Order: sequence, then C-alpha cells, then structure tokens
Amino acid sequence: MEKLQSSFKNMVLSLVIISVVAAGALAGVYILTLEAINAQKLAKQEAAKQAVLAGHEDGVAIETAVDGFGGQFRVMVGFDAEGNILGYEILEHQETPGLGSHMEHWFKNAEKPNQNIIGRKAGQLTVSKDGGDVDAITAATISSRAFLKAVNQAYAEHFGVEAHTGASQLHKEAKTEEVVIIEETEVSNE
Amino acid sequence: MSNALKTFTNGLLKENPTFVLVLGMCPTLATTTSAINGMSMGLATMFVLVCSNVVISLLKNLIPDKVRIPAFIVVIATFVTLVQLLMQAYVPAIYDVLGLFIPLIVVNCIVLGRAEAFAAKNSVGLSALDGLGMGLGFTLALTVLGAIRELLGTGACFGFHIFPDNYGALIFVLAPGAFIALAYLMAIINKAQKKS
Amino acid sequence: MVYFLIFISAIFVNNIVLSQFLGICPFLGVSKKIDTAMGMSAAVVFVLTLATVVTYLLQMLLVAWGLEFLQTILFILIIAALVQMIEIILKKISPSLYQALGVFLPLITTNCCILGVAILVANGTEKLPMGAEHGMLTGTLFAFATALGFGLALILFAGLREQLAMNKVPKAMQGTPIALLTAGLLAMAFMGFSGVV
Repeated sequence: MEKLQSSFKNMVLSLVIISVVAAGALAGVYILTLEAINAQKLAKQEAAKQAVLAGHEDGVAIETAVDGFGGQFRVMVGFDAEGNILGYEILEHQETPGLGSHMEHWFKNAEKPNQNIIGRKAGQLTVSKDGGDVDAITAATISSRAFLKAVNQAYAEHFGVEAHTGASQLHKEAKTEEVVIIEETEVSNE
Repeated sequence: MSNALKTFTNGLLKENPTFVLVLGMCPTLATTTSAINGMSMGLATMFVLVCSNVVISLLKNLIPDKVRIPAFIVVIATFVTLVQLLMQAYVPAIYDVLGLFIPLIVVNCIVLGRAEAFAAKNSVGLSALDGLGMGLGFTLALTVLGAIRELLGTGACFGFHIFPDNYGALIFVLAPGAFIALAYLMAIINKAQKKS
Repeated sequence: MVYFLIFISAIFVNNIVLSQFLGICPFLGVSKKIDTAMGMSAAVVFVLTLATVVTYLLQMLLVAWGLEFLQTILFILIIAALVQMIEIILKKISPSLYQALGVFLPLITTNCCILGVAILVANGTEKLPMGAEHGMLTGTLFAFATALGFGLALILFAGLREQLAMNKVPKAMQGTPIALLTAGLLAMAFMGFSGVV
C-alpha cells in the first residue's frame, strides 16, 4: 500500500479517526473495568475493617487522616465500646520507606509492650519524647507523633472527648489540620 | 529467522534501553525501591511498548509523515490508559505503589523512540519482537536494580529476608541510593563489556 | 506564610529531580554546560507553570463530564500543543527569547516533569506543606516553585559537571556513571532539607 501524502485533508482525517477510535476503545474498557475497580475499593475497605476490629462484633472502625512527614496519610482504627484500641491499618501513606513506613507494624508489635498500642485506651497517647508512654519509631519521631495524633483524633471523633490534651508538642508540630472522616461504621451488636 | 532473533536480542543486551541507551531514567530510578516494584514497572512498560509498536506498524502507511508524532502519542497514550484501568481493576496494590509513574509511561522516551525508530519502518512481526526485546531489556534492568537496592537497603530480595533489615543501609532505598546503585551497576557493565 | 512554605517545600525539601525523580532525562542530558542548563530551566519554568494552569482547568471539565479516563491522553496532547504554540508565539513577538529557548522547547514535550506535575496538581495529590489547601492558586504556585527547583538542581548539577570534566575519572565510570554518582551526592545533600517544612 502507498503511504498517504501529507495533504491537509489526509492529516486531519487520519488524526481525527485515530483519536475517535482511541477514545471509543478507552470508553469501552473504562465501562468494562468500572465495576471491578469499585469492587476492589470496597473490598480493600472491608478487609481493613475486618482487620482493625479483630473479630470484635461490637467494635467501631473509624477512618481518619493527618499530615505526616511526607504528606497526608490515612489510618483506620478499630475501638471496642470502652474506647480501647482493637487494631489499626494504614490505608495510604507517603512516609519515608524504611523509617516512617515502619508504622504499619511498629505500633502493633505484641512483643514490645512499650511500642504496642493494641489494647490501650486511646485519646491521650503520646510518644515518650513528649512525656507519653509510647516508644516512637527509631529515627521517625515526626511520623510517630502524626500516627498517634491520628489515633487520638479517631478516638475523639467517635467518643466525643477532646483529644491530645497535654500533648503540647503535638500542637506545635501540626498547627492547622482538618479531620477528614470519610466513613464511620457501626458494626451492629447481635 | 536470524533477522528476527537479532531484533529480539538487540534490546536485551546490545542496545539495552537502560544500561546502553540510557533512556527512561525516571521510572528506572523512582520505582526500583524493591525487585517486585521494578519488575512490575518494567512489565507495564513492556505491555505498552509491544502494543504501540504493533499498532503503529499496522498504521504506518495510513499516517501522513507530518502528523506522525501526535498520532504516535495518541496511540501510546491510549495503551497507557488501558494499562492504568486494568491495573486499577485487577492489581490495585501494585497500582498504588507505582502511582504516578504508570501514566508517565506516555513520556518514557523508549516507547516513542521505538515507535519512531523501528515500528514506523518495519513489519508488524518484527515490530512486535522489537517491542518485546526492548521491554524485556527494560524489565530486566529494573528488576536487577530493584533487587540490588532492596537487598542492600533492607536485607531482602523479592521480599525474602536474606539478612536482618537492621543491617541494611537504608540510603539505598531512599533517593540518593537510586543514583548511586545505578551508577555502580553501569560502571560494572562498562567494565565487563570492555573486557569481552 | 503558607505560600512561602510552598516554595521552600517544592524547591528544597521535595525537589522534583532529586527526591521525586521527575525530569531526569533533561537533568542528565542538558547539564554539561551551565549556559544550556539555564536555557532549559527558563523554558521549563515557562511551560510548566502555563501547562499546569491549562490542565487544571481541563481537569475540571473532565470531572464535570465524567471523562476522567481521558486524562493522560488529553494532557499529553494539550502539553504538546502548548509547546508548539509557545514556540510560534515566541518566534513572532520575541526573536531574542526564541533564540535562547527555542532549541529546548521541542524537548520539553517529553520531559516527564511537565506531565507529572500537571497530573499531580489536577488530581490534588501534590505534596504541599501543612496548612495549604489544594486549589488553583496553590497548584499554580506549586508548579512554578517546582520548576524553580528543577532549575536549581539542573544548574547546580551543570556546575558540578563542568568541574568534573577537568578531572581524571576511571574509565569504567566515565560518562553516565560518574554523572549519576554526582547526582546521588547532590540528592544526599538535598536530603538535609527534609523535615524543614
């Protein structure tokens, strides 16, 4: 087949046809994958909820967001009826890999009671550097503070108690922040 | 046959896009914090490379010369969006890690470079092989770099712990380590090539 | 104050090249001389700021029409068209500026920091200092500051490479390896800024 000449008509026609076919194909794939993408998001949410509640039927899972070291991160925290922490999951974060990112496991290490927050009462948690009793992640104090702030924030959001009183350091670190509660779910008591 | 074989192996070694042509450095440095991440990025790029090479080779006579670059970009961007949607739907965990660098495959010089330099001049079969070879070469480079950084930085390789991560040099997972690891890897390859 | 912090954050703390790995190709490619590095930086400042504003507005349309999946394809076309337009306009109104930036403009279309920043700002996922809200103004400032950060990294790097060219380098390290190693040291220096904002 001969190669098309670069006449104005040919140029416009070929570009328009390619663009229309491309947009059409993408629209098709978009519709096909839409369901799967939404299902994945829901499944992720559901899995996180199951993990933070650790099998407690009467717990609540609360999602909250704070500014960390590398930008905003989102945490889901599970509480029992008394406000004790059942579990937590980091949903999204940009903390430094190998430092701040350790928060995914650090605060639920059952072998290290000084850094484990599972089973503790939330609301007043602070790192030991600020006079609290939770050991911060080595070399990632800012991430640790932000994490505990998120947990306290989640607690305050549901139990209505003013969070982090006595955490003066925390206030200095993060002056203006907003709580973004995307979803708050009660698991009904059967 | 030998021609096809030559086309295929060209991208793997002789004209490896990362080590020899030094193209596509952004994803190479940014996504190789672990072997798995590097490999996923490489495979996503390979998919786009093969598909766009095939389509551009098919369309090469229908695209007037003067508008070939915008036309190529539309084709490439279409496949990139396709990868984006498919990854979001079926491998969301990997999509979350690679994030911004998936749409940025569009501006990866390897993809447009192969379209212009190879697919626009050769048959469909050869273009597919060229895309496959170049894509595999890129994947190989990213996987090796990812494995090295992961091992030195965290003591693991493909997620399996080889030595405790307390002994890892964290710097290799952070930004400067990417530059340094790639620098030495390239120097070693240079040295090896000079000898042979 | 927040606006000032956006600049500090984008130029030093989260430098686009040295900590975000965007725009590495021109960073390695046009950094052999300080003059060319400056020309490239100026062109990037110009195009990045303009492209971010245009794509931000386009994204609002895309969201309104439910066509977010066309983001990648439209953004890259818009950027390519914008670069062409800037080239034509510059040629007409300021031949001297065109002469200084002209060579770099075509290279900018495939500079991934343009598309990268445009996507980050349009999706509201750019890294801002605490207290700053995502929006058109902060997005534009962020893009401008990011481009300045790109320029700073590029010019510093070009200065280092000019000095490096006069030194003896082991054979295997010549060319790209030594450039990458230098960039690594520069990145390490920039890590010192982390935690400032």
